[in-house]
Amino acid sequence: MNKVKESLMKAVFMAAALVSIVSVVLICIFLFVNGIPAISNIGLTDFLFGMSWKPEQNIYGIFPMIIGSIYVTAGALIIGVPTGILCAVFMAKFCPACVYKILKPAVELMAGIPSIVYGFFGLTVIIPFVQNITGTGGKGIFTAGILLGIMILPTIISVSESAVRAVPESYYEGALALGATSERSVFFATIPAAKSGITAGVILGLGRAVGETMAVVMVAGNQAVLPEGMFEGVRTLTANIVLEMGYATDLHREALIGTGVVLFVFILIINLLFSLVNRRDA
Amino acid sequence: MNDINAKGTKAINKVSFSRKLRSYSGRPLSLILFILMSLAAVLTGAVILLLIGYILIMGIPRLSPRLFELKYNSENVSMLPAIINTFTMTICSMIIAVPTGIFAAIYLTEYAKKGSKIVRVIRVTAETLSGIPSIIYGLFGYLMFVIACHFGNSMLAGALTLSIMILPTILRTTEEALMSVPDSFREGSFGLGAGKLRTVFRVVLPSAVPGILSGVILSMGRVVGETAALIYTAGTVTGIPKDIMSSGRTLAVHMYSLMSEGLHTDEAYATAVVLLVMTAGINCISAYAAKKLSAPDK
Repeated sequence: MNKVKESLMKAVFMAAALVSIVSVVLICIFLFVNGIPAISNIGLTDFLFGMSWKPEQNIYGIFPMIIGSIYVTAGALIIGVPTGILCAVFMAKFCPACVYKILKPAVELMAGIPSIVYGFFGLTVIIPFVQNITGTGGKGIFTAGILLGIMILPTIISVSESAVRAVPESYYEGALALGATSERSVFFATIPAAKSGITAGVILGLGRAVGETMAVVMVAGNQAVLPEGMFEGVRTLTANIVLEMGYATDLHREALIGTGVVLFVFILIINLLFSLVNRRDA
Repeated sequence: MNDINAKGTKAINKVSFSRKLRSYSGRPLSLILFILMSLAAVLTGAVILLLIGYILIMGIPRLSPRLFELKYNSENVSMLPAIINTFTMTICSMIIAVPTGIFAAIYLTEYAKKGSKIVRVIRVTAETLSGIPSIIYGLFGYLMFVIACHFGNSMLAGALTLSIMILPTILRTTEEALMSVPDSFREGSFGLGAGKLRTVFRVVLPSAVPGILSGVILSMGRVVGETAALIYTAGTVTGIPKDIMSSGRTLAVHMYSLMSEGLHTDEAYATAVVLLVMTAGINCISAYAAKKLSAPDK
């Protein structure tokens, strides 16, 4: 009796463990089965490199959206990566204990704030601010970059901080003993040793920026055309899906799922990069 | 020479501010690096302060009892149904994801051979799942649960989608919590004649509770704040659904609808406050549970 129970529960545990494998397989199958026919129907090059997205005329080119996602993500990285890494180093090595006690929970809180609230903040604070200083509409690559840069900060900070903390103290002490100042020791002895951990944090942030939807929809402007400047509106891959899925039918709907497939492939590549960096570390 | 102070941990190395400042003379690079770092930290702090302060200051005066009436209509734009739906959605997805995540973690730590192929595949897939953005989950949930399983836009479809989304979080935190339970606990239990199952449920799991709880609460926060995965799975119907097969919007989706309609700015501010307070509260509880784990006071 007991033996039966033991092996039964073992099977239950194993089944639960297999759920994540099954989920990934199902996600791949459902996306690809629903998206690939549309892509081949439209034509791979027309779909990926088509310059215009006009569902009412059955023209489905997502190149502007791919470029939009890349621009917005690049903006987020330009703002988020230096700030995040510097802040993480400060928190790990230079921060007085009393400041750390406030800063650390603040960063954790930042990670927990829903993206829709970030979007609201962008809409009501950053956009009017950008409107004032540039005299443009406010929605666009610049605003979306700033907002996403803020959103990926907690990811980069927490991963980089633990990477810096994981470096043996003796590196720092050795550099100090050779006469370097404490800043030089950290930046030229400790940080190079934490490089792969910090890279992993940046890649995680990159993934978050590419996949972010709700906040970007609020501030990017969402015009499905190639942007001509930093303050022009763009539409990202994610925004394209969430904006039109509600009313799309037939080929239009499948083209949106195809957009999802492209996004998914991007994310898989980023994941692969992440595990490569992590593997080298271990 | 004597700026070994910086960490401020050892009282013996404490240096006054002016002395510290003087130690930078002739070392411009160090000074610049220090200023840059402080700037980044101040910037981060300022942003979070601005964000929370702005939403609280703008939102709290806009909270009114009308926003908490039980029935939604276009007059009162009540958020109470959405709050109730949020709770329902959280409970539903927890019912699905928590046992699955915990059982999977038990299998990985207690049963599977370390480093076996299946363990590696599960790790990789769980990592992949945690990297997938919520809009992809939304798309998948819509294709699988809403269309292929004929659930329609329903709380059930939303809960199933979300439970796949939060599974990796629960799995990973539970796994870490189980691994931190010392082997002597297990050996003691085996030595007293308990079977594997009894050991897991009576000895290992109870001592890992704070860690598991912190992961579970963290993923609750994710459910509460989720929008993109729910719009096309649970739908945007404003009322309280009569069963889990009908559609209902959670608070985050409610807020998105308010913002995209653009008619109810005041209500959007108020909703932002409620949403912020809920997620912040959940995060605090999770952090508290995690602290309990790192410093157990028996």
